[in-house]
Amino acid sequence: MSVPAERPLAAAGSPVGDATIGKPPAAGLSLPAMLGILAGVCLLWNGVLYLTGLWAPLWWLALFVDFVLIVLVAERIGRNVPPKRRKLYERTLAFGFPVLALVAWQLIVDAGILNPLWFPQPTRIAAALWDLTVHFDRFSGTSLLGRPWLIPWKFESDGWAGVWSLFAESHVWATLGRVAAGFVIGAIPGIMLGVVMGINQTVRLMLDTTLSAIYVLPKIAIFPIVMLMFADPFGEGPKIAVVALSVFFLMAINTMAGVRDIDPVFVMAGRNYGARGLPLYRHVIIPAALPVIFAGLRLALGTALIVIISIEFLRAKQGVGYMTFYYWEVLNPEKMYAGLVVVMILGVVLTYGLQWLQKKLMPWARG
Amino acid sequence: MTETNARAPETAPRIVTRNVTKVYDTVAGPMVAVDDFSLDVADGEFVCIVGPSGCGKSTYLRMLAGLDTHSSGTIQIRPGSDPKKPLNSVVFQEYAVFPWKTVIENVAFGLQMRGVGRAERLEVARYWLERVGLRKFADYYPHQISGGMKQRVSIVRALANDPEVLLMDEPLGALDAQTRIVLQDELLRIWEETRKTVVYITHSLDEAILLGDRVILMTAHPGRLLATFHIGIQRPRTVETLNTAEFAELRGAIWEQLGREVTRAMEMQS
Repeated sequence: MSVPAERPLAAAGSPVGDATIGKPPAAGLSLPAMLGILAGVCLLWNGVLYLTGLWAPLWWLALFVDFVLIVLVAERIGRNVPPKRRKLYERTLAFGFPVLALVAWQLIVDAGILNPLWFPQPTRIAAALWDLTVHFDRFSGTSLLGRPWLIPWKFESDGWAGVWSLFAESHVWATLGRVAAGFVIGAIPGIMLGVVMGINQTVRLMLDTTLSAIYVLPKIAIFPIVMLMFADPFGEGPKIAVVALSVFFLMAINTMAGVRDIDPVFVMAGRNYGARGLPLYRHVIIPAALPVIFAGLRLALGTALIVIISIEFLRAKQGVGYMTFYYWEVLNPEKMYAGLVVVMILGVVLTYGLQWLQKKLMPWARG
Repeated sequence: MTETNARAPETAPRIVTRNVTKVYDTVAGPMVAVDDFSLDVADGEFVCIVGPSGCGKSTYLRMLAGLDTHSSGTIQIRPGSDPKKPLNSVVFQEYAVFPWKTVIENVAFGLQMRGVGRAERLEVARYWLERVGLRKFADYYPHQISGGMKQRVSIVRALANDPEVLLMDEPLGALDAQTRIVLQDELLRIWEETRKTVVYITHSLDEAILLGDRVILMTAHPGRLLATFHIGIQRPRTVETLNTAEFAELRGAIWEQLGREVTRAMEMQS
């Protein structure tokens, strides 16, 4: 009898809240109806603003309210999505919204509200990207991808040297090559030093302070010194060296943390079952540290891209960073944006590559 | 039934522990974890060590396994006739099953480290997986199986290694009550078939009496030998043994001493 006695009490405390608690959730409107309401409300809001001439000066407010409206409706739809359609719903939000944002960008610039010099329309950026891909720049002797469709023709005329000359003219391959070389040269010794520092307290105490100090130094700041060392400011050596250095310190510090975090019971079990020396590293320590090593590699990849693009801004005759900066110098914003898009694509592709490698090396990982 | 000094059994003991002391040097000064501990274990004997938390029973097991050093005294495991056989294998409380190896690779790990060929070690591992009903899960990774199954893997990893002595450090401590009972039964059955020499650390007095030939009580801070009880309950035992009058009587007698010690240890901590 205590339950009914409590209910009036609660109702007295919050008379409004109590009225809604017991009700079953309102049956959701159908999907077309929801989308219809969304389109109607958006049209009404934007239409009123447009007709009163307020849309152009208040475009940011209009878009913000549109955004909120979409969120509200999407939340309502999301609550009633059957489990089977859940994936489709999530994909639609994840990919549909960026497309919508691009369309809005296009329309706003088309309407003359934003300056196309700073914000060229997405269609013009896409056209510039296409232009960069198919055309060879006679002045700098470069192209974006190295015109791979010419490979059969070049191979016939000049053999492998001809194919190589195509790759050599490419901005993307120049940047990729520097990142890959620097990554390998930096990551492997970095991981090795990290493992040693994680295991051996003496080495860790001796090196940790120095490494942590160098780690926070922006690696681009050592570029001038490295250029001097190589006595070759435009060559590949200093560029690869700086990428390698930035990757090295990051990997050493991350791997050290990973190895120190290994549950000691695994090492005890390894030793108890007869693993000593190299087998202990191969079967216990390295696999146990792999998740952290891969987390470090992903960080290092981002750092490597930042470093290489900055260096190509400064001192290069080729590369995606050089290309982007070159089109700044000749004030061609579409192609500058196209350069940024290429950098983003590079980052995504390389991240996927690392994830693929991680799946190959760590088949035991969850999900 | 009760004897305060551990007496060496008639046959040559498999494990000899004499006056072992373990002292940790801490900032606050030396901390005695195990004090003057002596214990002999006969061949094929199942010895359970019970005591409150912090009584140094896990430290003793690690010293026995060679994973920790002792400050003074002697610890010896007598080698058997086959010098290739490992002296001991440990079953850890946290399973310590390698997440990066499949179930069968985990079970075959000890053999692999001793240089046994792939085909042979996998066959041995399959035999042991079959015995604990895990044959189907041979190629699973540990994160895909339950805690109880992981501990089964950990136990047969030790058995597949065929050591002279099996050292178990609260192997069932992390499991829920039901799984615990099932695994106690399984342990009894397997031990009955293999008759390994076992040193078994546990928190649970019931478990110690159910499994052991002898129950050793330890005191806490520092860890000392308090008392030894011979468990005369007839084998083969099963979890049904827990319901017999003989069991209840024994537990009452042992708890009288252990309870006092647990209370004392708790008072020292507060």
